Amino acid sequence: MATVDAPAPQASGKARLSASWREALWCYTFLSPWLLGFLVFTAGPIVAVFYLGFTRYNVFKAPQWVGLENYVGIFTDDRLFTITLLNTIYFVVISVPGQLLIAFTLAMFLNTRIHGRGAYRTLFYLPMIVPHAAASVIFLWLLHAELGVVKHLLDVFGIPSPLWFQDENWSKPGIILLSFWYVGQTMVIMLAGLQNIPTHLYEAASIDGANVLRRMWHVTIPMLSPTTFFLLVIGLVTHFQVFTFAYIMTRGGPLNSTLFYVLYLYRYAFKNFEMGYASAMATVLFVLVLAVTGITFGTSRHWVHYET
Amino acid sequence: MSDRVAVIATHVRRGLFQSAPGVGRHAAIHFVLLIVAFIFALPFLWMASTSLKEATQVESFPPVYIPSPVVWENYVEALTFLPFHQYFFNTTLISALVIVGDVLSASFVAYGFARLRAPGRNFLFIVMISTMIVPLAVRLLPTFLLFKWMNWVNTFLPLIVPAFFGTPYFIFFVRQFYRTIPQELSDAARVDGASEFRIWWQIMVPLSRPVLIAIGIFAFANVWNDFLYPLVFLTDRTKWTISIALSAMIDATGEDIQFWNLMMAAAFASVAPMVVVFGFAQRYFTQGVTLTGIKG
Repeated sequence: MATVDAPAPQASGKARLSASWREALWCYTFLSPWLLGFLVFTAGPIVAVFYLGFTRYNVFKAPQWVGLENYVGIFTDDRLFTITLLNTIYFVVISVPGQLLIAFTLAMFLNTRIHGRGAYRTLFYLPMIVPHAAASVIFLWLLHAELGVVKHLLDVFGIPSPLWFQDENWSKPGIILLSFWYVGQTMVIMLAGLQNIPTHLYEAASIDGANVLRRMWHVTIPMLSPTTFFLLVIGLVTHFQVFTFAYIMTRGGPLNSTLFYVLYLYRYAFKNFEMGYASAMATVLFVLVLAVTGITFGTSRHWVHYET
Repeated sequence: MSDRVAVIATHVRRGLFQSAPGVGRHAAIHFVLLIVAFIFALPFLWMASTSLKEATQVESFPPVYIPSPVVWENYVEALTFLPFHQYFFNTTLISALVIVGDVLSASFVAYGFARLRAPGRNFLFIVMISTMIVPLAVRLLPTFLLFKWMNWVNTFLPLIVPAFFGTPYFIFFVRQFYRTIPQELSDAARVDGASEFRIWWQIMVPLSRPVLIAIGIFAFANVWNDFLYPLVFLTDRTKWTISIALSAMIDATGEDIQFWNLMMAAAFASVAPMVVVFGFAQRYFTQGVTLTGIKG
């Protein structure tokens, strides 16, 4: 594409070079806020947290190098850490796939030509705009052991109702229920993914005699897999950091049954002011999340289907 | 990517779906959806109902579903129990500045990633995408120490300033959109002697208004819902946000059943601004979600 302002032939090499230099300079000018923020708020902190993990540091006195002491403490001497880790894994393992499954089911229902789809979609999305703090307060009352409306509804159907947040076996399921209430975003993204699947694939499958279930297994699920993969990764990263629900509803109780990783880390850092120990915990969390996302990425080539 | 957005749009517009269900299946689907709808609505209904009850009715079991008398004064009492007007003001101020920061920075940085070439740009883009999986908790402690060193603890600055340096998720989002704008537009402006800065401000920003509104709303939702950062950075009670106030309120009254009507009124009041925004901007919410959903 010749342009009117093309420079004289003999100058073109030099001009193009300087033009690309100018463009690069502009590019970095535009990237500079993020680049600076990345160094100060992400890269710097990662290096700092790694370093602080090897120190004893109470904020008021300078950090004191203690080598692996914090890590030895975490893995050999901290009974609560093990409980915390197991609680968090329990929550992630049920909450993340559960949310994907519920979102998928609802999205499939809403991807049919029924009346009131818009209204249903709005209602299922609505919890997304409720602050986690407010939702925690609401669910505490909803699942109240003696006066909660859920107890009454279960009574009506003759189902014995659990004590929820007073019972160490039911406190995590209670919080998981609350996390399911926040399925809206996942559902809407899945719905968009479903609507992105070309109809001719379903038509072809029907002609080949595939019934509803086989169409779902051979067309819907593979075609949706990039979306599912994205949601799975995001879900894993966010659910490993569950904090607000437990902080407000149970403070980690009863009997530490809802003491989740970040809640425990928060206590160490901001109640005990043991920043070194908390930093070591943060580093372990980082490695854990990296490993889990890495594994997820590793498995993706077996089940995530990309159009080529 | 751009084609796929268009495809989604046309599919949605045409209502193109696999099959039209028969009457029987239709009824079955409605039956299931109505039950699910009831479950999803239950927390809202229970909150609204409790918030209007007399203290004695709060304690009755089986529960009274329709409060009588309806006690509107609960809202007054709940919102004066703690200086909620102060917390609304704080939260609104923080939110407004975070929205400005996020929208400006996302659109600015996205222009560099989407429309300008430089060595190392693609590598930096991958770095930026990767930072999305760094847990917030990992950054929290050093960030806290940094802001403490800067004497910013107990000010709104730790919550606001980072937004001006760009949130990767939003940058990514705007970049995807900028890539769909025809290159000829900026080329023409360049021929006319416009600087890159002017191209961004006078061509890209006006053209990307819907996307910028969408991320503005997402930023609002994020900051309005945030809990951990305000909890760590705002310890002085005059600086609290609404979420922190709710948490403090439940600490003060949680054991006492008769205060639950006030708790519910306060919770409802904290949700209300988001409901209003959602009502006005629902289009942008779902549009935004659809746009993010195409990340593959």
